Amino acid sequence: MLIKELTEVPGIAGREGQVRELIKEQLKGQDLALSGDAMGNFYARWEGGQTPLLMLASHMDEVGFMVMGYDNSGLIKFAPVGGIDLRVVPGKKVYLGDEKTPGVIGVKPIHMQKKAEQNRPFSRQDLLIDIGASSENEARKKVNIGDQITFSTTTEFISERVMKGKAFDDRAGCAAIIEILKSRPPVKLCGAFTVQEEVGLRGAGVAASNVGPALALVLEGTTASDVPESPPHRYSTTMGEGPALTIMDRSFLANQKLNQRVMELAEREGIKYQLRRTSIGGTDSGPIHLREEGIPTIGLSLPCRYIHSPASLLNMDDLQNMIDLVKTILQDIAEGGFPIGTTY
Amino acid sequence: MEQLIKKLTEAYGPSGREEQIREVIREEISDLADEIRVDYLGNLIALKKGTASGKKKPIMLAAHMDEIGLMITHIEEKGFLRFTGVGGIAPSRLTGARMILPSGRKGLIYHEPLKDSSKLTLEKMYLDIGVETEEEAREFVTIGDIAVADEPFIVLGNRFLAKALDDRIGCAILILVLQQMEKTSRDLYFVFTSQEEVGLRGARTSAFGIDPGLGLAVDVTMAGDTPEVKKMDVKLGAGAAIKVKDSSLITSPLIRDKMIEIAENEKIPYQLEVLPRGGTDAGGISLTREGVLAGCVSIPCRYVHSPGEMVDRRDVEGAVKLLEKMLQQDLEFPG
Amino acid sequence: MDLKSFIERISNSLGISGCEQEVAGEITMAWEQIADEVRRDNLGNVIALKKGKNSHKPPLMLAAHQDEIGFLVRDIDKDGFISLDPIGGIDPRLLPGQEIKIWGREETLGVVGARPPHLQKPQDREKAIPLEKIFVDCGLKKEELEKKIRIGDAVTFHQKMGWLNENIGYGKALDDRAGVAALHQVLLELKDRTTPLDVAVVATVQEEVGIRGAITSSFALNPDLGLAVDVAFASRPGLEKEMTLNSNGGPGLEIGPHMHPGVLEKLKEVAGEKEIPIQLIGVPHPGGTDTYVMQMNRCGMATGLLSIPLANMHSPVEVIDIRDVRRTGRLMASFCLQADVEFVEGLKCL
Repeated sequence: MLIKELTEVPGIAGREGQVRELIKEQLKGQDLALSGDAMGNFYARWEGGQTPLLMLASHMDEVGFMVMGYDNSGLIKFAPVGGIDLRVVPGKKVYLGDEKTPGVIGVKPIHMQKKAEQNRPFSRQDLLIDIGASSENEARKKVNIGDQITFSTTTEFISERVMKGKAFDDRAGCAAIIEILKSRPPVKLCGAFTVQEEVGLRGAGVAASNVGPALALVLEGTTASDVPESPPHRYSTTMGEGPALTIMDRSFLANQKLNQRVMELAEREGIKYQLRRTSIGGTDSGPIHLREEGIPTIGLSLPCRYIHSPASLLNMDDLQNMIDLVKTILQDIAEGGFPIGTTY
Repeated sequence: MEQLIKKLTEAYGPSGREEQIREVIREEISDLADEIRVDYLGNLIALKKGTASGKKKPIMLAAHMDEIGLMITHIEEKGFLRFTGVGGIAPSRLTGARMILPSGRKGLIYHEPLKDSSKLTLEKMYLDIGVETEEEAREFVTIGDIAVADEPFIVLGNRFLAKALDDRIGCAILILVLQQMEKTSRDLYFVFTSQEEVGLRGARTSAFGIDPGLGLAVDVTMAGDTPEVKKMDVKLGAGAAIKVKDSSLITSPLIRDKMIEIAENEKIPYQLEVLPRGGTDAGGISLTREGVLAGCVSIPCRYVHSPGEMVDRRDVEGAVKLLEKMLQQDLEFPG
Repeated sequence: MDLKSFIERISNSLGISGCEQEVAGEITMAWEQIADEVRRDNLGNVIALKKGKNSHKPPLMLAAHQDEIGFLVRDIDKDGFISLDPIGGIDPRLLPGQEIKIWGREETLGVVGARPPHLQKPQDREKAIPLEKIFVDCGLKKEELEKKIRIGDAVTFHQKMGWLNENIGYGKALDDRAGVAALHQVLLELKDRTTPLDVAVVATVQEEVGIRGAITSSFALNPDLGLAVDVAFASRPGLEKEMTLNSNGGPGLEIGPHMHPGVLEKLKEVAGEKEIPIQLIGVPHPGGTDTYVMQMNRCGMATGLLSIPLANMHSPVEVIDIRDVRRTGRLMASFCLQADVEFVEGLKCL
C-alpha cells in the first residue's frame, strides 16, 4: 500500500533521498517529465490539457533526529531536527542512518529516580540511544555524526478507516499527489515534492521558482485537536471531517475568492471538508504565495491526531476526500470555472 | 487634509481584506496617476510617468493600506465569538474596545475572569455582538471574518486620534504628495501595499514587480514621549522622523544622509529614529532581487496597534514636504 | 597583504551591521590586489571575482559575513548619558565596565557605567543588569556631546586585536572576520592558478540582523554551488562536546540540511588529499549563517558550510587560532580548483 511504503521510509529534512526514490519509482512510466533541483526538490510534470500551469506541492521531509555524538559506553547522543516535543521520545524504537540500524531510546529507570525528577520531563541530555554497541569505537563503526534518526513505527490500520503511523505529515500529501498525477487529470500540472519544510519552509519557495505556476495547491498535514483537554474554541481541525481549508496561518492569509470557489465545489460534489480554525504554524503556502510577484495559492490540510509524534492517526476517508476535492478543482480549472486570475 | 485622513482611517481594511480601503484610495488618486493596477497580493500600484521613463530605474514609494484586526475562529453556543490576531496585537489594549465585523455588526471585547491580568491572552477573550445563540450569530458572521476597531477620527488641537493611523496616515501622505507632484525624470510608483502587518508581504511582491532603484516607505513609528516609556529620542510634533534602524531595515547611509541634508537645507524639522522593534515595508523592499536602496520617513505615533492611535499634524505636514523636496531633486543613485 | 596583517586590520575596523563602509573599504583595498575585479552592491556586499576557464557558467560563490555585532545610539538624556540599541545578539552582562567607541562625526570614547558595589543592596548584585538600565558615559555634557555624535551613530567595543602567542589571536568582530580572512587566504592561494569555474568571493553584510546581504548577493550572482564560512563555538569547559570544535583542529564541516551530501563528500575528499585536518559536527537546524538563505536562492543552490573554531563568541575578546583560518582557506581553494562543470551538474538530484 502506497501510504504505508511512503510513511515507513526514513527522511528527515536534508535527507529526503529515499522518499524521493520511492516517489520516482511510483511515477515512472506514467508519461510524466521527472526532474530535480540542487536542493533536493523533485518535480513530475504532466501535460494533460491547455490550462495555465498548476502546481501541487507536498513536502517529503518528516520530523526526526540527528546523531550528534557518542558517549564512552557506546550510547548515541542526538538532537531533534524539526519541532518535536521531547516528551514523546522516551522508550521509543528508532532507526539510525540510511541503513536503518535499529536502536532504542533509553532512560533512567523510574526506581532510580528521585521524586522531584519524576515530575519534570526528560531533557535531551537525559536521553541516549542504545544500538547495542559496547564502546564508542564500536558505535562509530555503525553510525556517523549527522546520520538521520527516525521513529521505526509500522504503519497499519487500527480500525476500519483509521491508520496509525509516523510521517503522515506530509507523506499523505505526497501520496495524494501521486494518485492525482496517475489519474491523468485534464490540466497542465506539476507535482512538486519539496524538501526541508520542517526546518523553516525552506524548499517550497525554490520549487515555486522552478515551476513558475499560475496557481499552487499545497497539500499538508495538520493537527487534529479534537481530543481531551482541548477546548472547542481552540480546535484546529477534527479528524474524519474531511480535508481542512486554510484561512490563515503564521505564514499565509488565504485568498477568500479562491477559498470561496473551493467550498462551492466541495458542496456541489458533496465532498466533506472543514475550515482550519487556528492561525498557528506555517506551511509551504507561505513562501510559495510570496515568491516573486506573488502566486495564487490554496492550502488544504489533512487532520492528523498526534502529529510530529511516533504514532499519529489519519482517517483514510479524509485522504480520499482530499484527493476527490483536488480532482474536482482541477476539473473546474479545465472547464474554465475557477477564478485563477483573481487578486486579494 | 483632515477630511482625507478621516475617510482613510474610518475605512475597513485588515490584512488580506483590503478591497474597501483600496477603493477609497483608488477614488482619491484616479485622476492623478498615469496608470493604476492591482497585483495578486492586492497592492494598489499607481504610476506617475517621468520624463526619462524607461531609461532609469523608478522610485517606489510605499505606505500600507492594511490595519490590524481579529479573525473570528469559533462561535460559541451562546453566540460569543472567539478570535485570533491578524497582525501584532497586545491583548491588554483590547479589553472594552468596540469592534465592527464586515457585515457591519458591532460588538464589544471582553475577557474571561482572570486572577492575574498580566496573564491575559487572546484565547481568553471574546467578542460579544449582542446575540444569544450560535445560530443568531451566524446571521452576522462567518468563521474567517476579520473584525476591526470601530472608532471615529477626531482632532485634538494639533493631534489626530483615530484607529488605523498605522498606516493610513502614510497613505494620506502619499496621496498628498501625488496631488502636488510635478513631473520628475524618473518614473514614480506610489504603492499602497497590502499585508504589511503580517510580515511586509505586499511590499515584497510589488517591489519584485516594479524593480525600483530606490524604495521609500512612509509608516508610523513609536514615540518615546509618554510617561515611563522606553527611552527613545522621538517625540510627537518635533518633525517627521528619518529612520536609522528597525528590525527589518538598517537604512543605507547614502539615503539617510541625503534625507538629513535635504531636511536641513529646506529647514524642515526632523528627528532621527532608532526603533528597537518593528518592521516596515522599506525592509521588504530592500531585500528584493539584487538589493534595493531603501529608506523610510516615519510619523511618530503614540499607542501604536491599539484602537486609538495618535499623531501630530506638524509631523504629517513635514513628511509631505520632505518627500516632495526629495523627489524633486532628481536623485542620482546607482541603477 | 599577508593573512595576519589582514585579519588585524579588519578586526580593528568598524563594521556593525548596516555600517560596514569602513571594513568594506579595507577588504576592497586588499582584494583589488589579488582578484580580477571587486565591486560593492546596493546593500554594501563586497564581491570579488576571480575568473576561471568557464566564464559563461554561473560562478561558484564563497561567502563570509563582514558585519559585526554592536550598538546604535538610541537616546541621549539631558545629562549626556547614552542609551544603546543592540545590533545583533549581544549579552548585556558583558557591558558593565567595558570601554566603548562611538563612531560619530568624531570618534568618541566612553565607558559603560556601573554602580559601585557600595551603593547596591546585596540582593541586587545577584541580578544581571538589563540593557534598559545600562548607559554610556563619555564624560561630556549633552551640548558638547551633540557636537560629536548623534542618534543612530554606531557603537563598538573599544578593542584592538592582539596575540596571546604566535597563533592565538583575540579581538572584536572575529565573528566573522575570521571567515573573511579565510576568503582572503583563498584568493592568495588562487592568485596564480586558474579554477574551472569563475569564483565569486563575497564578504556579505547584515548577517547578524537577519542574514540579509547573502539574500541579495546570491540573487545577483545566481550560482549553482556555494560555500559559506562562519565561526562555531570552540570547546571550553561547560560546553557540550557535541556542539563544539577543537581549536587548532581544522575547519568544522557542518552536517545538516544546509550541507549538500555531494558537497560534503567532495570537501572530505579534498581535505584527505591535501592532508588538511577537519572536524565533523552535526547541526540539526540550518539557521544563523549565510547558507540559510543561499540555499533558498532563486531555483536553488547546492551549499556547504565550513566553520572556524572561535571562543567567547559575541564578546570583545573572541579568540581564534590563525592555523584554523589558514587551513579553512586552503581547503576552500583546493575545492574551487576541483569543482568543475560536471561536478556542479551532478549535484542536482536525478
